[in-house]
Amino acid sequence: MSIRFTRALCIGCGACTEICPGSLLALDAQGKAFMAHPENCWGCASCLKECPVSAIALYLGADMGGLGGTLRVRREGTRLLWTIQKPDGTEITIPVDSREANHY
Amino acid sequence: MYCKQKESNMSTKLSVQTLHTDFLILGGGTAGCAAALSFCRADTAHSVLIVEKAHIKRSGCLAAGVNALNAYIAPGRTPQDYVDYAQQDAEGIARADLLLTMAEGLNAATARLEALGLTILKNADGSFATRGARNLKINGENIKPLLAAAVEKEPRVTVKNHVNVLDYIMHENRILGAIALDVRERVLYILWAKAVLCATGGAAGLYRPNHPGFSRHKMWYPPFNTGAGYAMGIRAGAEMTTLEMRFIALRCRDTIAPTGTLAQGVGARQVNALGENYEAKYGITTSGRVHGTVTENRAGRGPCVLKTVGITPEQDVDLQRAYLNMAPSQTLKWLESGQTPSVRNVEIAGTEPYIVGGHTASGYWVSTDRETTIRGLFAAGDVAGGCPQKYVTGALVEGEIAAAAALKYMDDPPPTIALDVTEKQRTLEAYLRQQSEESTDALEAEMQGIMDEYAGGIQTSYRFSAESLATAAEKIHALTLRAKNLAATSMQELVYICELQERLVLCRSLIAHLNARQETRWHSFAERTDYPEKSAAWECFVNSKLVDGKVQIILRDLVEAGVRYEH
Ligand SMILES: Cc1cc2nc3c(=O)[nH]c(=O)nc-3n(C[C@H](O)[C@H](O)[C@H](O)COP(=O)(O)OP(=O)(O)OC[C@H]3O[C@@H](n4cnc5c(N)ncnc54)[C@H](O)[C@@H]3O)c2cc1C
Repeated sequence: MSIRFTRALCIGCGACTEICPGSLLALDAQGKAFMAHPENCWGCASCLKECPVSAIALYLGADMGGLGGTLRVRREGTRLLWTIQKPDGTEITIPVDSREANHY
Repeated sequence: MYCKQKESNMSTKLSVQTLHTDFLILGGGTAGCAAALSFCRADTAHSVLIVEKAHIKRSGCLAAGVNALNAYIAPGRTPQDYVDYAQQDAEGIARADLLLTMAEGLNAATARLEALGLTILKNADGSFATRGARNLKINGENIKPLLAAAVEKEPRVTVKNHVNVLDYIMHENRILGAIALDVRERVLYILWAKAVLCATGGAAGLYRPNHPGFSRHKMWYPPFNTGAGYAMGIRAGAEMTTLEMRFIALRCRDTIAPTGTLAQGVGARQVNALGENYEAKYGITTSGRVHGTVTENRAGRGPCVLKTVGITPEQDVDLQRAYLNMAPSQTLKWLESGQTPSVRNVEIAGTEPYIVGGHTASGYWVSTDRETTIRGLFAAGDVAGGCPQKYVTGALVEGEIAAAAALKYMDDPPPTIALDVTEKQRTLEAYLRQQSEESTDALEAEMQGIMDEYAGGIQTSYRFSAESLATAAEKIHALTLRAKNLAATSMQELVYICELQERLVLCRSLIAHLNARQETRWHSFAERTDYPEKSAAWECFVNSKLVDGKVQIILRDLVEAGVRYEH
């Protein structure tokens, strides 16, 4: 379980380094965010939601049955647009509005 | 923002900063935030300081979001019904006074959450749509940011994020404040207060987890709730209760995501590999559900699943969305494999055991006012004992009760003492200076292995005996001595050392509790091979206290209904 950064997208704002509930993220010498302790990630996705440029993707470790897909998210008003990229490269986007409750 | 490069150039010296407040809250999670808000509603004169190891916007149990409000009194039900339910689920080992005062506050706490902006599902007539007798359907993704935003609006509340609490400052049996470490800067804080609330949550990471390798932190309970609150209390001589009632969650295998949404939401039943529904066979208490699954697996009738095949395509899509709001890795798993719940049943597994007073009854022994046995120190949420099944709303209520009671200390300032932190400072600085062949990670894995094998972890199907516990105690003791020779190159690593030491303190007390209760009252949660039956002789609380470095067990009578309990 961990996250991956797209370095080219990272603007070095530090939002993710502030929010991680395990304080696991840091900026490197070039001012880009990185995961300092990948094996300590809880997979809560707080950093994904905080990143203003969607530079962070969540993936499942092979030891928990991960297949190489990723999950990203982009905020649009009250909506979170979640995008799952499957191992074959195809994508599915699921919008979730915070004003709508779970039905279950 | 945090730059790693900058930190590695820092010296090994810690500077000391002193802060004064009226009401000090340790841990800005669910209960901590609620306590701050309610304190400010009730009082206009005093200051509040929240000290949080992460950032209150996304810390603790609520970081990823939650699936429902599990504790609510549905129309036609009463708080007493909730007490009865929770006592039954805990096989009688739960405090009626704590449960009732919690249950009485649930609906008001829910209304306040809604006022903060939480989306709660409503019926056409505007009433809340309940899921069963106690649950409300919500969008729980943003529950923590909503609470945090309300706290940050309070002018009298100061929040110190990224500050990790280490120890209490005590004088005789009164708390005077706490000592804390900045997670990034070389700063040791001395925090003075008139009253203190411990709201640091429960403890994960004591036992070897489901995925001990790369994904070791893909666990149910937040791995960052390391049991600091319990350890500080134990070290300071506070009385603890029912640590032996561990919590083991029944979760979706691999992702360790919640199962309630599948079981209660779409009515998925637990079935074994033969397709048999085995729920009724083992009882539907929380521990019974785990025990059933473990037993079916041991009998060779696994894998056990929640039977979701057959749900409608709409339900399938709704579930994918619902999990994004609380456990996004589950949705990723379903979609990356193409095996969504309508296509493939969801395999379930028990997690490693946790100590978590929001689900079971483990934690501080508190008065009805949530004051611990240390004067001026309150406990609320997962760290407080005696009151199981409190969940989010119950943690909020406990924070509120504690805050109201803490007010009485505002006119009762603690004695002023001269505090010398040089020794503490020196010990901490030594870790930053010294080299070591030991690694904190390796010792943590060793501790988890010992607990797993000898104190009832996954490996033994949660079972243990007096003999295995004696081995656990001996090995944990040896490891505690070794854990003094560790080294850190950053503040974060220094905090990891402190966390390991806290966990070892808690393991010692936990082993003593597991050993003390000579019966099996809750399958899996405390499953003894040498005392496999429940016994009426153990209808009492098993409490403990550290006296002269030894865990002393204290047996206490159950607290009768209608009694206000004071120490
Ligand atoms: C994954 C998960 C899902 C859940 N889902 C639901 C649900 O759907 N419905 C429901 O009703 N309940 C749910 N619960 C239960 C509920 O969330 C908890 O019982 C409740 O939030 C506990 O509140 P708390 O304040 O005790 O702990 P937390 O909210 O975890 O707060 C503890 C805080 O203390 C901080 N802290 C810890 N140690 C230190 C230290 N040494 N120094 C400083 N700060 C520290 C932590 O960072 C954290 O912010 C869930 C729990 C989990 C773990």
